[in-house]
Amino acid sequence: MSDQAALAPGAGRGSALLKWLLAGLLLGLVAPAWAAPLKVAVASNFLAPLEALADVYHRQGGPALQISAGATGQLYAQITQGAPYDVFLAADQARPQRLVAEGAALADSRMTYARGRLVLWARPGVELPVNGLAGLQRSSVTRLAIANPALAPYGRAAREALQASGQWSVLSERIVQGQNVGQALQYLATGNVSHALVAASYTRLDEGPAGDHQPVEAQLYAPIRQDAVILSGTASADQARAFLAFLRGPAAADVLASFGYRPAGGSR
Amino acid sequence: MNLTPVWISLQLAAVTVVVLLVLGTPLAWWLATGRSRWRVAVDAVVALPLVLPPTVLGFYMLILLAPQGPVGGPWLAVTGQTLTFSFTGLVITSVLYSLPFVVQPLRDAFRGIGPRPLETAAMLGAGRLDAFVTVACPLAGRGFVTAIVLGFAHTLGEFGAILMVGGSLPGETRTVAIAIYENVETLDYAAAHALSAGLLVFSFVALLIIYTLNGRRRTGVGL
Repeated sequence: MSDQAALAPGAGRGSALLKWLLAGLLLGLVAPAWAAPLKVAVASNFLAPLEALADVYHRQGGPALQISAGATGQLYAQITQGAPYDVFLAADQARPQRLVAEGAALADSRMTYARGRLVLWARPGVELPVNGLAGLQRSSVTRLAIANPALAPYGRAAREALQASGQWSVLSERIVQGQNVGQALQYLATGNVSHALVAASYTRLDEGPAGDHQPVEAQLYAPIRQDAVILSGTASADQARAFLAFLRGPAAADVLASFGYRPAGGSR
Repeated sequence: MNLTPVWISLQLAAVTVVVLLVLGTPLAWWLATGRSRWRVAVDAVVALPLVLPPTVLGFYMLILLAPQGPVGGPWLAVTGQTLTFSFTGLVITSVLYSLPFVVQPLRDAFRGIGPRPLETAAMLGAGRLDAFVTVACPLAGRGFVTAIVLGFAHTLGEFGAILMVGGSLPGETRTVAIAIYENVETLDYAAAHALSAGLLVFSFVALLIIYTLNGRRRTGVGL
């Protein structure tokens, strides 16, 4: 700006042109503020789908998304400390609920944007049970990786499924816990476990681990609901609402399905 | 509050320091006095954990120590135990992770002695091992204290590599740093505060000991 202003007095006959240039420059400075990117904090497990969704949204004329990914608990802690996000896509329902209760998020904005599913994955050469999780033979399991049930929704669902199928007590000494579902998958990919209970979304990875997988019976665990909220501190509440409406819409549902999630509405 | 993770971490740090003293002392001596042309390369390898993110170490350990891995495979065949998700695996990882914190102070302490005391010992008829044990090691005493305290404190504070190799098994591989992380994630800030403050105070006291001991001259720590 100061360079432009210094040029102006000596511009002479070119001053009309300069005015246009200056006007253009000012517009250029103002426009980005008007079409500011929407700042979205997202649970790491939903980063890849969100990036795909952001593309679709942008092509439909929506603002660009500025995405920050992290663990849900870590993002929650950042938000309570005033992190300047507009929208929070959590991996669970608890943290958005808590933010609403604490006044840090808009109560009427909370919605389930995706419902995750579990798959049982086995290393190459390791057999999957033929009749569901209950049929998993102890002898074929050297180690079973799950996400930490205390930290991660997929971990909690995995524990529920193992308990419901009677496997939790049988396999307890062979269960290792990753900090999140991504780490559980890593244990499988590096050959450190024979089986892993992970998110179905990983089966869509181009570079996913080798080996076979099968869906875990849906009645064995409560649906893994991931909730979104708009944060109270946002200066772009309207844009944030528009984005959440897009997340509920049919275009988003297609993307979600392609990543192995069930969309917010509808039955399972 | 559950203090088992603190106990696990203290055990891990103690075992790691003992292993590092046994392996690191001859290595540091060789680095300080050797004339091999490999010395510079080995020096660089020893310093690697200082510059690499712990996740790099954790990732490679996960592959090396895996049941099919080049280290974990033979180990499994001989002992029937897997190395990942075990205390032994954590010790191996920690030894690599804390290597420079033990070897570098020892190397610099040995180097600081200079050739003269050992030449004198040799003239008086001491064998090489005898001179090393009775002359060099006592003269490098402060280097040993620095190495022990730094190696212990650094292992206690280890997070990234342990996070990847450990599997967070309560009572076996859930160390204090992992417990703090999990407390923060589950919003148990009271427990996180208590454990964090404990580590903070311990680390401060450890550094205070080193700086007090080395107060009269600059420390030989390559940090």
